[in-house]
Amino acid sequence: MNDFSIQVATVNGSGSQSANTVLLRALFQMGIPVSGKNLFPSNIAGLPTWYTIRVSRDGWVARKRDVDLLVAMNPESAAEDVAGLRPGAAVIYDQPLALHTRRDDLVFYPVPFDALARGVATEARLAKLLRNMAYVGVVARLLGIEMAEVERAIAKVFAGKKKAQELNVAAARAGFEQAAKLRKADGLRVERMDANRGKIVIDGNSAAALGAMFGGVTVAAWYPITPSSSLAETLISAMRRHRIGPDGKATFAIVQAEDELAAAGMVVGAGWAGARAMTATSGPGISLMAEFTGLAYFAEIPAVIWDVQRVGPSTGLPTRTAQGDLLSTAYLSHGDTKHILLLPGSAEECFAMGAEAFDIAERFQTPVFVLSDLDLGMNVWMSDPFPYPEKAIDRGKVLSRADLDRLGGFARYADPDGDGIGWRTLPGTDHPAAAYFTRGTGHDERAHYSERPDDWEHNLRRVARKIDGARAALPAPVAEGRGAAVGILCAGTSGFAVAESRDQLRRERRLETDGLRVRAFPFADSVRDFVAAHDRVYVVDQNRDGQLAQLLRLDLPADLGPRLRSLSSISGLPLDARTVTEAVAAREG
Amino acid sequence: MAETRTPAAPEASPGPRAPQPPPRTNRLGLPLAEYKGLKTTLCAGCGHNAISERIAEAMFEMGVPPERVAKFSGIGCSSKSPAYFLSRSFAFNTVHGRMPAVATGALLANRTLLGLGVSGDGDTASIGLGQFCHLMRRNLPIIYVIEDNGVYGLTKGQFSATADVGSKLKTGVVNELPPIDTCALAIQLGATFVGRSFSGDKKQLSALLKAAVAHRGTSMLDIVSPCVTFNDHEGSTKSYAYMKDHDEPLHELSFVPAFEDIAVEYSPGEGVEVRMHDGSLLRLRKLEEVYDPRDRARALTRIAESHGKGEVLTGVLFVDPKAQTFLDLLDLPEEPLATLPASRIRPSREALAAIMEEHR
Repeated sequence: MNDFSIQVATVNGSGSQSANTVLLRALFQMGIPVSGKNLFPSNIAGLPTWYTIRVSRDGWVARKRDVDLLVAMNPESAAEDVAGLRPGAAVIYDQPLALHTRRDDLVFYPVPFDALARGVATEARLAKLLRNMAYVGVVARLLGIEMAEVERAIAKVFAGKKKAQELNVAAARAGFEQAAKLRKADGLRVERMDANRGKIVIDGNSAAALGAMFGGVTVAAWYPITPSSSLAETLISAMRRHRIGPDGKATFAIVQAEDELAAAGMVVGAGWAGARAMTATSGPGISLMAEFTGLAYFAEIPAVIWDVQRVGPSTGLPTRTAQGDLLSTAYLSHGDTKHILLLPGSAEECFAMGAEAFDIAERFQTPVFVLSDLDLGMNVWMSDPFPYPEKAIDRGKVLSRADLDRLGGFARYADPDGDGIGWRTLPGTDHPAAAYFTRGTGHDERAHYSERPDDWEHNLRRVARKIDGARAALPAPVAEGRGAAVGILCAGTSGFAVAESRDQLRRERRLETDGLRVRAFPFADSVRDFVAAHDRVYVVDQNRDGQLAQLLRLDLPADLGPRLRSLSSISGLPLDARTVTEAVAAREG
Repeated sequence: MAETRTPAAPEASPGPRAPQPPPRTNRLGLPLAEYKGLKTTLCAGCGHNAISERIAEAMFEMGVPPERVAKFSGIGCSSKSPAYFLSRSFAFNTVHGRMPAVATGALLANRTLLGLGVSGDGDTASIGLGQFCHLMRRNLPIIYVIEDNGVYGLTKGQFSATADVGSKLKTGVVNELPPIDTCALAIQLGATFVGRSFSGDKKQLSALLKAAVAHRGTSMLDIVSPCVTFNDHEGSTKSYAYMKDHDEPLHELSFVPAFEDIAVEYSPGEGVEVRMHDGSLLRLRKLEEVYDPRDRARALTRIAESHGKGEVLTGVLFVDPKAQTFLDLLDLPEEPLATLPASRIRPSREALAAIMEEHR
């Protein structure tokens, strides 16, 4: 009861997304913890696509490896979908597919979806769409999802579209009635809970966009790329609603640039001129932004760059998830660089970091990368409502005209406060001593061109000190458990699987572990302390070569290196707890 | 070397040391010295140095507050030159071919800045062609100057994409690929003030630069600027000698700023007068024919014809003083986005609560 996963297999472009959202929302409204993941192809229409919904009374939201109920609507993938099921799983299938002949250890529910849909609408295109809502009704009957909640969810998903609401309710009801004829032979059931009081449902990219809006973004430049486009698009729509001033003027400029190089350049230019500037991209865009990142690092210009990671290298798997940009982003661009990374692990953190990234970028006058991933960014998550940012906006060290009157002048790249951070002026500051020459070439404290060896070294070491000093100011790691000999360390969405895996290890293997989810690079001192306090620390990565483990080795004292054990997996699918549990158990013996 | 922030750059102010009457000042009360920069490190006789001087003079004569100017450049000899004028202005020497994006971001962040981009032919037409094109089509208010010598100077003499077919390098290498005409491209793509000039034509260049300051939109000026070290020999089409023989001015230019009393007699048939957005007046007195630079198609045809004749057509090739700019399109407020107060850039607690409710 309230603990299983559903997989809906459809054809890309067939309009199943609304049906899946309705299913997910109906479960959410019944107070049951639920999560949804869209596994889609890089394609507009025609290729197989899957949507998985996990129902978990314990609140686990990582991907569940085993599917308990399959809704097989796609003839192309049906055979393989059925072959992959665990014995005893249930299959709702489109009757003509005759899947019941394929295995005898599954529970089969044939449903004539075409007939059901045609009973609601005769027009072919419409009937094809309504097949999807019909399976929602079937699933509702078989699992015990309340039809009233299904209808409420339809009203929400098709808000303002009365005709669509009516048709979809009719289709869902048709499925619900049809399913009454099926003999229930599986053990899957839902029951109303009260776990979701006050919660919202939102995808990470929307959360990030809202965070940026409440963080005071004023200039955004972007170039479309999956899986980050929806971040920029949500930002545009949110800003149009909430950031138009009473004079009707926009308090922002958002530009769809000609490519990611230009997007990065606009952000650097805007950050230089004093805007809170951001872009959102994914791995291939990050590669193109390398040169500007180096300039911004060296010329010390604030910028916020969201990387919603997908699978690489190259075009890779553009619609699948990974954490493969950790290492390349941390040291992006040629020469000596080291960047601040923020690593959100939930929608709420996407919101919080979406705002805070600007404060950090302006405080430390440097590019800040926020590394989300496709799983977090494009899938919907239950979340507590986002708290209003209470901290005042921090614009960092900026000298005004009055400051310059008082000081008589300034040296842009000096370190008067001992924290490695110089004071800057904003272009247009109306004072004869305000201007300075910003350049990517060697410069001395006064921003003058210099090729002197001591100027170069002095300057670059100061920048290193500045970034090092950011550790304490960045989001702190999240620790769980205390006193175990074994630690599990991870970042971002791996946290969902690791939390569940630690529970599995405790219950199934009697192995106590402590967990630490890091949320920023360079790492806080507490990361060092965590590694030092455990005999063995498993570092969980969603990439091939254990990039988080490598970053830790680069950043931690060398004597701690031998304690780290890399557990990395790269399949393009969100990490599941079972994979982590099996890997840790195998190593722990 | 002192570079920025010193109000005057003494080493750059010429003239005798004997007691002098106070220097001529502009409408802000500033002398020309306040518009100078560092001593140039480019080669003696480089066309770029003359352009730097013309820019300083134009800003001085137009009475632009130096702090309102933001200088942008890419990489190359041309892109070093912003250090040699307007020391009191902010400057950003960016990366190769990608200055347009940086300038765009900065000018969106602070629309009150007067943006001045200085690029070269390699920086614009080779590595930077994509960003150049997109800058032109946005019609962002900026003055974009190409110091065009057809050659890469800093890397010691390779052809750029504006080099003419048949043009010969000192090393004997002959360019075989057709040149990109940045002016034709800019006109086609939507730039709203496009001119071509020669670094050695002081009068024409000054008028063009002042008109560019007055123009609201993208001003693109391609200025042939001979490279004395690598491309000023016989066989070069970007040399002083070649320009002397082939410069074909379309008209005689004069510019009357809006802040001066405009009492110019106008005789129809003598030329064209263009009223700029800020009220200033650009007079184009005809030389051979009446060329109306408000005709985009005619401009493109005339440029194409000049290529056939081996002429370098100079002057105002195209102007549209009333076109919508990128700032209009984005509906930006008058004040800089960069310095909007927190109350205007962080929506209210109630707004967040309402958004949260929508996601329940």
